[in-house]
Amino acid sequence: MELARARITRNGTRSLCYDALVLPNESAIETVGLSRRYGRRWALVDVGIAIERGSSVMVVGRNGSGKSTLFRVLATAIRPDQGTVRIEGFDSKTHRLEIRTRVALLSHYSYLYEALSALENLQVIARLMRMPSSRQDLIPFLARVDLEKRGDDAVMTFSAGMRKRLSLARVLMQDAPVVFLDEPYGQLDPAGFGFVDRMVEDLIRRGATVLMATHQVDRAASLCGQGLMLEAGRVVGLGSAEEIARSSRASVEREELRSWS
Amino acid sequence: MELTASIRKELLLQWRTRAQFLAVLVFGATALLLFSFAIGPDASSLRLYSAGFLWLALLLSSTLTLAESFQSEMENRAFEGLLLLPADPRGLYYGKAIANWIQLTVLGLALVPVMVVLYDAGTLRLPALIGIILLGSAGISAPGTLYAAMAAQARAKQMLLPLLLFPLIVPVLLASVKACSLIILGDPMGQGSSWMMLLVAFDAIYWSLCGLLFERVVED
Repeated sequence: MELARARITRNGTRSLCYDALVLPNESAIETVGLSRRYGRRWALVDVGIAIERGSSVMVVGRNGSGKSTLFRVLATAIRPDQGTVRIEGFDSKTHRLEIRTRVALLSHYSYLYEALSALENLQVIARLMRMPSSRQDLIPFLARVDLEKRGDDAVMTFSAGMRKRLSLARVLMQDAPVVFLDEPYGQLDPAGFGFVDRMVEDLIRRGATVLMATHQVDRAASLCGQGLMLEAGRVVGLGSAEEIARSSRASVEREELRSWS
Repeated sequence: MELTASIRKELLLQWRTRAQFLAVLVFGATALLLFSFAIGPDASSLRLYSAGFLWLALLLSSTLTLAESFQSEMENRAFEGLLLLPADPRGLYYGKAIANWIQLTVLGLALVPVMVVLYDAGTLRLPALIGIILLGSAGISAPGTLYAAMAAQARAKQMLLPLLLFPLIVPVLLASVKACSLIILGDPMGQGSSWMMLLVAFDAIYWSLCGLLFERVVED
């Protein structure tokens, strides 16, 4: 069993750590030997990471490298086949509800009801989370993603970018200390990119632990302190966001050269 | 709290997609009409089998209603989004099951006048008939919601739901048909109440057991 794991600290230093040395209250996210498969194909293989509270981590990798699967396992949307996950000290096998009070996931899926309006979608979430759910309480969240004028329109009339913004509003509402953003820039226009940047900056300022999977590597590197690179479900790179951005660019260039030759 | 929020969400979704309910109602009425062709024009035979055909029509319609109740949940994986909230999955289940129960009861009540017209099966014991429809619908909606959640994640969902559901609810169907027949045809031996008690017993088992199993069914 591999005890050594990649560890990310707030100041961006990387090191190897051992189970016995990691105190539960230090790390926001810890995984040991995390593996997950779909049928016969392993999407995550022996992923071991420890991420300190308040860190902001850019997660990069090609399509199918395991970024979304990693986020879905960490957010308890799916179970790992092997290994353990601890979020804020809680084991994902035994304390799913506790973890769910602490994490918010912006997924590839919008998690929205097409037949309901933007405001009604947020009301469903607010009521289930026992939060104030009146129009006055929720309009500010829509305003933060520039959707306050479309609050009463059904989601089925929204463009892909508007849906993404509404999903971002949903994440903001959850006010979680650990936030997973899977392709937050996807489908957004340049103004939407600005929303995401401000949102991430705001989350970091609040002390939330933010993991962001994106192909907008340069943009994410300017926001995040650290970076993590996945390839075929394995962690292949770890370091400052700038280092990982450089590695990612080099990897893309290598791929392009290979495809031309 | 979660239960109330869940019921509100389900009823709102049902209201927004009410055209589908009308389509299911037309389907149920059409099924009743087609069943009457199998009996022929004999009034006493029509009346004799009316309760059975009412429940068959309701059962067939219920597979559409139950499957549809998870359609909107699967469109954008909205239900997964709800499961990721710090909410008890049982609250989500009971909210959906209660909303399905209400919808099936309304459907059953709406099919009664169609049955009366087509099968000449009128009765003055309406409160008892409503009671049986309430109990029978509850017996279909509790396991139906659980199995619809399972089937929604499968590829052959249209086939899977009736395959899973129909064998399980045979006792409910039998008790509902018997109790309904006794109301329409007369109950000189006073057997109706025992069939209703059987329905209550099955409902209690289904509603408690399905609530416990739901989390295991929907979690990954």
